[in-house]
Amino acid sequence: MKFNWFRFSSPATFYGLAGRLAPWSAALALLTGALALYWGFFETPDRLGGSNPQKEYYRIIFIHVASAWLSMWLYVVLAAWSAIGLVFNTRLSYMMAVSVAPTGAIFTFLALFTGSFWGRPSWGTWWDWDPRLTSELILFFLYVGYLALHSAIDDARRADRASALLAIVGLVCVPVIFWSINCPDPNQCAALHQRSSMSQIDGNILFAMLTLTFSFWMYSFYTSFHRVRNIILLREADTTWVNEQLAREGGA
Amino acid sequence: MNGMLGTFVVIVRRDLTLALRRGTDVLTTLFFFVIVASLFPLGVGSEKELLRFLGPGVVWVAALLASMLALERLFASDYADGTLEQMLLTPQPLSVLVLGKVVAHWLLTGLPLALIAPLLGLQYGLEGASLGVMALALLLGTPVLSLIGAIGAALTLGLRGGGILLSLLVLPLYIPVLVYGAGAVTVSAIDLADVQPFMALLGAFLILALAFAPLATAAALRISVE
Repeated sequence: MKFNWFRFSSPATFYGLAGRLAPWSAALALLTGALALYWGFFETPDRLGGSNPQKEYYRIIFIHVASAWLSMWLYVVLAAWSAIGLVFNTRLSYMMAVSVAPTGAIFTFLALFTGSFWGRPSWGTWWDWDPRLTSELILFFLYVGYLALHSAIDDARRADRASALLAIVGLVCVPVIFWSINCPDPNQCAALHQRSSMSQIDGNILFAMLTLTFSFWMYSFYTSFHRVRNIILLREADTTWVNEQLAREGGA
Repeated sequence: MNGMLGTFVVIVRRDLTLALRRGTDVLTTLFFFVIVASLFPLGVGSEKELLRFLGPGVVWVAALLASMLALERLFASDYADGTLEQMLLTPQPLSVLVLGKVVAHWLLTGLPLALIAPLLGLQYGLEGASLGVMALALLLGTPVLSLIGAIGAALTLGLRGGGILLSLLVLPLYIPVLVYGAGAVTVSAIDLADVQPFMALLGAFLILALAFAPLATAAALRISVE
């Protein structure tokens, strides 16, 4: 059987596919999210560490780490769709990029927000100009800049391409910004945030964390599919297939 | 004169002539820089130790803001009178034209900032070598600001509320220059030998920005003016 790889690169066909995939992603997100939260609350140890243990409050790790991962990955997804759009000049890629961006911004905010609630009991401070915290904050600014630029331009084509270019410039700059804040000499600036320590982590905690990450991925899929459907309808409002589609759905 | 160098020189000369006929534009940026830097001692108090501590950062942040505010003018007048469209149609590579415009822009905004910065440093009680380091770091850093900023200026060309949007896009990207620029001045007060890696990194940023920013700006201009 010959499979046409470009079948779903047309907004008209992708609209249907996204509509079929969205409920599945939502269901998976809810199921795995519930499982992860149950596991995180009831199957993991109540305290962590040796002499100065972290008590119940460490459980924010599940949301914190998962949303921090998603915040970074979704930016890569955003930049990738932008690049594909600029190279192949496909409208749908830009629509996907625009649909991913708000979710990414929300996860970035969530990572900062939960991090500050975790920092208060464990470090004794809401905020610290630590390299990791600062780069996450800058990632948030990049998302905001992308969304602001996109919404400031009325012409959809220019908005798509201009913000796509900005996303790619941002992607190039992120490592530079990260290393400039994460100063090369560790003696000169102490970092509060610990480095990643995945290998030493308790199996149950890891399970809950990875499951919740999967749930967040599914949630991102769900919101992006939902948003991209709206964008497709808005942009293609004048075409016959949208009118037929809307008539079939019994809506407006 | 022809070839890419010729094009470059023509653009630089044209932009310099145009700007110098309306000299106030150059002075406004410069005075903005001076005023912002002079506001801080009034706000935080004039203790010598405090000011010496804040000085490098404050001067750098003021330079960032000044060069960002000047960016709006980079393409705006050419866009308004249609010159920019003609430039897009020329057979010369657009990135060379862009580089010429950015260099002229830097000569009019960045260079004066770097030259006057030691005076502001005196106001903050910086001494001797630190003043020189500050001027040198600004000489290396402000062209990077102009180059990165040009991308933002091209993207926001002709948009409503372009100026405030531009700051949202460009300021996060300025951070590495700020970190190492201010870092160089702070370190120079302790040991002058430690300044070298900071300068090397600023130089590296400049080379990278020189190589890639004009290309990105050219692409952005084509997107904005089509």
